[in-house]
Amino acid sequence: MSEPGVNAIRFVLDGEIVEVADAAPTTTVLEWLREHRQRTGTKEGCAEGDCGACTVVLGELTGSGGDAGMRYRAVNSCIRFLPTIDGKELVTVESLADGDKLHPVQQAMVDQHASQCGFCTPGFVMSLFALYQQQERVNREQVVETLAGNLCRCTGYRPIIDAGCAMREYAEPTRWSRADAQARRRIDAVGALRRVSPLIRPGFWAPMLLDELAAMVEAAPDSLLLAGGTDIGLWVTKHLRELPQIIYIGEVVELQRIENRGGALRIGAAVPLTDAWSAIVAHVPALTELAQRFASPPVRNSGTLVGNIANGSPIGDAMPALIALGAMIELRRGEATRTLALEDFYLGYMKKDLARGEFVVAVNVPVPNTATRVASYKLSKRIDQDISAVCAAFAIDVADEHVVAARIAYGGMAAIPARAKQAEAALVGKAFAEAAFAEAANALADDFKPLSDMRASAVYRLQGAQNLLRRFFLEHATKQVLRTDATEVSA
Amino acid sequence: MNDLSAKVDVGAPIGESVRHESAHLHVSGRAVYADDMELPPSALHAAFGISRVAHGRVKSMDLSDVLATPGVVAVATASDVPGENNYGGIVHDDPIFAEGLVQYAGQPLFAVAATSMTIARKAALKAKIEYEKLPAILSIRDAIDAGSYVTPSQIVARGRAREELAKAPHRLQGTMTVGGQDHFYLEGQIAVAIPGEDGTLHVHSSTQHPTEVQNVIAHAMALPAHAIVVQCRRMGGGFGGKESQPALIAAAACVLARKAGRAVKLRLERDADMLITGKRHGFIADYDIGFDDMGRITALAVMLASNCGYSADLSGPVNDRAICHVDNAYYIENIEILSHRCKTHTVSNTAFRGFGGPQGMLAIEQAIDDIARTLQLDPLEVRRRNYYGESPRDVTPYGQYVEDNILGRLTDGLEKTSRYRERRAEIAQWNAANAIVKRGIAFTPVKFGISFNATVFNQAGALVHIYTDGSVLLNHGGTEMGQGLYTKVAQVVAHEFGLPLSAVRTSATDTSKVPNTSATAASSGADLNGKAAQTACRTLRTRLIEHACKTHGVEPHEVKFTKGLVQIGNEQKTFAQLVQSAYQARISLSATGFYATPKIHWDRSRLNGRPFFYFAYGVAVSEVAVDTLTGETQLTRVDVLHDVGKSLNPAIDRGQIEGGFLQGVGWLTNEELWWSANGELKTHAPSTYKIPSVRDWPLHADVRILEHAPNPEDTIHRSKAVGEPPLMLAISTLHAIRDAVAACGTAGAIPDLVAPATPESVLRAIDSLRSTAD
Repeated sequence: MSEPGVNAIRFVLDGEIVEVADAAPTTTVLEWLREHRQRTGTKEGCAEGDCGACTVVLGELTGSGGDAGMRYRAVNSCIRFLPTIDGKELVTVESLADGDKLHPVQQAMVDQHASQCGFCTPGFVMSLFALYQQQERVNREQVVETLAGNLCRCTGYRPIIDAGCAMREYAEPTRWSRADAQARRRIDAVGALRRVSPLIRPGFWAPMLLDELAAMVEAAPDSLLLAGGTDIGLWVTKHLRELPQIIYIGEVVELQRIENRGGALRIGAAVPLTDAWSAIVAHVPALTELAQRFASPPVRNSGTLVGNIANGSPIGDAMPALIALGAMIELRRGEATRTLALEDFYLGYMKKDLARGEFVVAVNVPVPNTATRVASYKLSKRIDQDISAVCAAFAIDVADEHVVAARIAYGGMAAIPARAKQAEAALVGKAFAEAAFAEAANALADDFKPLSDMRASAVYRLQGAQNLLRRFFLEHATKQVLRTDATEVSA
Repeated sequence: MNDLSAKVDVGAPIGESVRHESAHLHVSGRAVYADDMELPPSALHAAFGISRVAHGRVKSMDLSDVLATPGVVAVATASDVPGENNYGGIVHDDPIFAEGLVQYAGQPLFAVAATSMTIARKAALKAKIEYEKLPAILSIRDAIDAGSYVTPSQIVARGRAREELAKAPHRLQGTMTVGGQDHFYLEGQIAVAIPGEDGTLHVHSSTQHPTEVQNVIAHAMALPAHAIVVQCRRMGGGFGGKESQPALIAAAACVLARKAGRAVKLRLERDADMLITGKRHGFIADYDIGFDDMGRITALAVMLASNCGYSADLSGPVNDRAICHVDNAYYIENIEILSHRCKTHTVSNTAFRGFGGPQGMLAIEQAIDDIARTLQLDPLEVRRRNYYGESPRDVTPYGQYVEDNILGRLTDGLEKTSRYRERRAEIAQWNAANAIVKRGIAFTPVKFGISFNATVFNQAGALVHIYTDGSVLLNHGGTEMGQGLYTKVAQVVAHEFGLPLSAVRTSATDTSKVPNTSATAASSGADLNGKAAQTACRTLRTRLIEHACKTHGVEPHEVKFTKGLVQIGNEQKTFAQLVQSAYQARISLSATGFYATPKIHWDRSRLNGRPFFYFAYGVAVSEVAVDTLTGETQLTRVDVLHDVGKSLNPAIDRGQIEGGFLQGVGWLTNEELWWSANGELKTHAPSTYKIPSVRDWPLHADVRILEHAPNPEDTIHRSKAVGEPPLMLAISTLHAIRDAVAACGTAGAIPDLVAPATPESVLRAIDSLRSTAD
């Protein structure tokens, strides 16, 4: 079966199908826009997904037949490889206006005086545009959450927040109203790009079935598995690395699923963090704040939960919570599969229990029962979009006000995300009371010998880790959220 | 001529919140920045090769692998600079390419031009460089101990500080410590050099100072200034970071362009930008202050010492401004200020919004807070008791009279609207009842001197053309970095001709249009360029009026420009008709305008005089919540009342106030520059260096411009400068955190809080207070 341009990267831009035949596998969407297409509205601010100046929106087909619709999400184009937008719709800041008639998002930005130097502005416009498409009504908190990944150095953000809050008050535009965004022609245009066989290009394979993927990885064990690319992108843009053969897992249909299996959430390796956290938080509300502070919306829209796990960074924010909840990962190599407790996956700094040709298929996250007291806290210099100095997670089973089991895990405290076994031991069997937690806090000094770096000193890390344990106790003992954002403000 | 201008009825957009002239372009991606310009097809892309050691002799540098990289076209080192290998504007101690000696990790040693930026960056990493490492001085204290300075130390003294300290009723000592700050303009440094005929160079530079870029290139290329054109339509942010630094980028691009004979774009990606270019100076201040029972200061001796990095750059003027702002809002009769400009083996620090002023102010604000805590008084009361007042309490330590003091009015106003007193009481109650989350509040004032300290820079030029269709093209020496300068000056011009704003366009700042300009800096952009443009307009208007008088037989006062029309006696013409008629009569429709700030003078050797045309004032109240388990802080509310004179554009001014404030908050809270033990900056990207994000804007914010407060000095439409002063409103946030930390100790205890007040810094301060209390 042959399709036109079967090996070309194909996507929709401004209603046209674009076919790119000659881009290197690691060409970023930003690079393609600016350098190949001279479409310079989208800016590079950091080339690491941390400033949002490069934000674009990707439209993806959801559902099928009569249920088919478009889902629009913001992503960082600076670290997103072009072949990974195959089959999608790309929307950039130039796409929105209807001739000289600005889109409501843009007009609101103008009317609120929300641009000064203007360099970050296209990114803000696109993040707000995604929200415009996602929500019929928006409130201030949604606007703030949406913009967590966009930095502005000029305005202080107030007028941008106001623009976000006002954007839905404008008359519906003819172009890119919510209805227009779901128009049949858009659905059909993207639908027409649907592949019947995988995209296979020099240096970039995008299998569509799990068996295909397993066979490819086994056959080419030195290749690099790519999911959201929110870390791998930096290997290219920051570290100037030449990447080996890439096997992209984002198109593997079995890996895109979230299933609830016998009290555990099974989250496939291609599920973006946005969806993974949404499912986890629905079952474990105690992780709401962690989910919200995990990277930023554009990073969560590209990056995957399993990518965070498989990357194995000691400062990844998902691992402490997942380890505390007792998450298991499923691995596959060729036909063979095995499962492993997540905490056993990490052997040493960036070293994992992963054989050649083996890969992570899914993570299973047990949903705790009501007797388990759960929390995860993150310490960083900035509230939003910062890498943790310390990330702590607690899952403590309590019966008759006594600790019957304790799972405590930390990130940022060692070369790997790890359990605090001695602190756990200090709690088990004791009354859920200050004395036991004080003893457990002391035991943390035996569990961990953290490092000093630009994020925090060893002293602060240990003290922070101990005090987070104390916070956990106090919040459960007093049933109060003891946090600065829960503090009243004098009127 | 003045007579004529006074009688012209002009009624257009002064004082209106018109949008930024590029807003519609910003939001649609159509605003063109230097990196967006279409280049000749043969253009090359460049990257620097940098030092990896903080201090060392270069024993050898082998660039053969760099040059052999496919795609590489040219490599430039110090020996390829045809003229002077320097971009230091004041002291010539800043090599474009280091030669023999490297003095910071990140210092450029060479540059590569290749067919793509990626190729250039990868090739640059292939250099084989051997160093003989030398001992590196990395801290201010170490520099003082070693007597390592970039320029000589300065002393300003008045009265008998030492004697008065000795007999003061109360006396305390302390140290204020504050870190530096990266500008983090969203658009990194960039220059595009395009060789022209006969050895000329056309350069697009993202710069606040096109003239300095032009001069540095001319010297480096051994060309007369007339061979270099430097142009800047807009910057993606500047904040002082594009005052002296762009000359390095542009000069290196020109050396490569000359060598390759092709256009060269040199854009620093984020890490290179943060490693290579200068930042705000970190400071320490050791103070010794005497005061009476009421908290009135009787004497102050303070040593200011700043981290200048390896070269002088603008450190002399930055530290002079720090000296001139140690007094902030307060009269200090007996004062001695010693200022050290420390040389360290780190990047050379440079201009940054406030230019030393904020660091000077932090010293006195902390000392006053200490006094209040010692005497257990409300810090606002102590501040108010020390405010400048009537003669003789109206002279600054450097001899300038504070003639326009409106701090009393501002303070009374904000105290009321912010409910400062009631809230302070409520917060005290909260703190008595809550052990974990403590709250704090602080009210701080700002008095900031407006004008470049060095009198010479207080001049500006403008060029105004009227075309025969009645449209007006404006050009001036000021640059647009987002602050809305082009908008404000266009408003001034439209107003002079009674035209709608749409009739005026501003073209890119260009050294071939208006020469010998000063940096757009020191908050002076609208003051200087607005006046220069107004002067040009008035020249043109006078010509038009004289022409109208001649043709219509009327007197000058019978000619009025309003709403795009010209009333001439009983007759009405469109502006375009009058212009056409003047053209037919062979009257020049183009004029230059020039402005030099009056009244100012500065004796640089004695640091005495009237450096500032006037002062801009502001007051702020911040409220914070501090988690005493972790040191995390949250700014929960801010109230601001700020003085902009009679605003040219309230929306733009408010943008400067809010943006400046939050940028200051970032500097004093989250933004931490962190060097490894061997002097490598490890916070060189947004992943590790955290500027405020959207959630850091407080949920409750009441930001107001002081109404009915025209500038008593004859500034452009009686407005005041607004670029820098609001940054210092953020001192209220640091002090609110200090207040919350103090709530962890016993009454009268003084917190030792080091800025930036990161969670770690705050927790350290809390612990040290608690351990003293135990």
